Amino acid sequence: MIGFYTLFYKELLRFWKVSFQTILAPILSSLLYLLIFSHVLETRIQVFQGIAYTSFLIPGLVMMSVMQNAFANSSSSLIQSKISGNLVFILLSPLSYLEIFLAYVWASVVRGLLVGLGVYAVTMILYEVPVQFPLWVLLFAMAGSMLLSTLGIIAGIWSEKFDQLAAFQNFIILPLTFLSGVFYSIYSLPSIWQHLSHLNPFFYIVDGFRYGFLGTSDISPYYSLSVVISCAAGVSWLTLWILKSGYKIRH
Amino acid sequence: MVAAIEIHQLSKRYGVLSALENINLSINPGEFFALLGPNGAGKTTLISILAGLTLATSGHARIMGYDVVADYSDARKKLGVVPQELVFDPFFTVREALVIQSGYYGIRRNDDWIDEILHRLDLADKAHTNMRALSGGMKRRVLVAQALVHKPPVIILDEPTAGVDVELRQALWLFIKQLNQDGHTIVLTTHYLEEAEALCNRVAMLKQGKIVALDSIRNLINNVQGFSVQFRLSCAILPPVLQGWSRSSHDGLHIFKIRDYFQIETLLAILRTEKIQVLEMQLQQPDLEEVFVKIMGAVEAS
Repeated sequence: MIGFYTLFYKELLRFWKVSFQTILAPILSSLLYLLIFSHVLETRIQVFQGIAYTSFLIPGLVMMSVMQNAFANSSSSLIQSKISGNLVFILLSPLSYLEIFLAYVWASVVRGLLVGLGVYAVTMILYEVPVQFPLWVLLFAMAGSMLLSTLGIIAGIWSEKFDQLAAFQNFIILPLTFLSGVFYSIYSLPSIWQHLSHLNPFFYIVDGFRYGFLGTSDISPYYSLSVVISCAAGVSWLTLWILKSGYKIRH
Repeated sequence: MVAAIEIHQLSKRYGVLSALENINLSINPGEFFALLGPNGAGKTTLISILAGLTLATSGHARIMGYDVVADYSDARKKLGVVPQELVFDPFFTVREALVIQSGYYGIRRNDDWIDEILHRLDLADKAHTNMRALSGGMKRRVLVAQALVHKPPVIILDEPTAGVDVELRQALWLFIKQLNQDGHTIVLTTHYLEEAEALCNRVAMLKQGKIVALDSIRNLINNVQGFSVQFRLSCAILPPVLQGWSRSSHDGLHIFKIRDYFQIETLLAILRTEKIQVLEMQLQQPDLEEVFVKIMGAVEAS
């Protein structure tokens, strides 16, 4: 237990010491998305009846920040430790693969939630989007950030160089995030794209999270939550198996 | 008595390349042991398997009786490893690194011991310096400190003095010697054979993944046939009876190669009957380096 707690604390300390880059920078970039998109689209688009585009956009942006930062935290921490070689301090220790898994996941969840809270807090200065169902918001924020931080562990372990990690991020995570309905409702898409969107697990995270704010969504939040939790469980199982096997870290 | 390190028929293959072949080795508690061998002989691979950083292809290894795979948690608690590469975590200070490392081993409030190792490694005034700001030698000391936070009975150092200046090298050896006197089992690799000779009780020589020699340093040296005696003699030209001996001359010194001490007596007897005076005499024993070169050469030839 002390081992897990220490690694968790170390991972928190790691991003906290560079919080300018790990927390403030992503808050700023989300704010820029918000200002630009709301300026351009506010008067032209209404996604749900009676809900302003900005109110629709803000929950999506918050969730996008949560997801991106949860992924970035575990993946960048692992790749840095691997490349600089200091992962050896963890590998030499008696920490179990389960402790390593939980510490990386939870630290990344914390960073994701911190950035999400920050984005929400800043946007509330400019706009007003009240939370209708806080429990749904919390559930989707937790499940979504867990899925992404677990994916981050896989990416961090699989990558041997920074450009491989960047490829994972740019060719898998980023498209799935941008196509998850952060900026639009998938029902505004042609039907083929609607069907494809249903295959994107990130869509359910964003949609369910948005339901917590607006009380309305494309899909039932129960259904979305079960999809997200199933994905998170599946990916966690895979990650645990990878860690246990020593793939790419214990040769 | 449980062996500090027990290695049984251990092999490691990377594809077709065999990094270690059927290694058997037992190191007793309290030993000061050296793993010697040229680069690529498999020393680091062997250490990595003991540390759990690498998985063996076959065979097994135990630290203080704990299997490094099946009982990895106990095995790693008994083992401290100083890696060869100068690795560090740039996010933390020296003290933070040591507190965190203690935590990984399940130890909280380790401050007294951390203070002591900082003091003994002469790092006390660097405790709050960021790892990034330390010189190479200082980073090496922190690596040693990190390997000791959990007071492991067995300590493995992979080339601890590579690229380290003379002063630190001596300080490090002194410190490691003290650890050994305190009862820790020490295993190290080094390319400085005179260091191994001065410090270690036993050595294993590795070549191409195999142990080619395993013995006390004294035995290894004694087993190497032949050392030499140097004479400065009262005559300029050697009498014919000595011409047949395997010898060389250099600066008026006659160097005779001999196989054992008894031959000295024979030599002296000849000199006495020839009425030649011995002005100077010196016995030259082979050192570990010579032994090393000979053993490695013999493996090459076979």
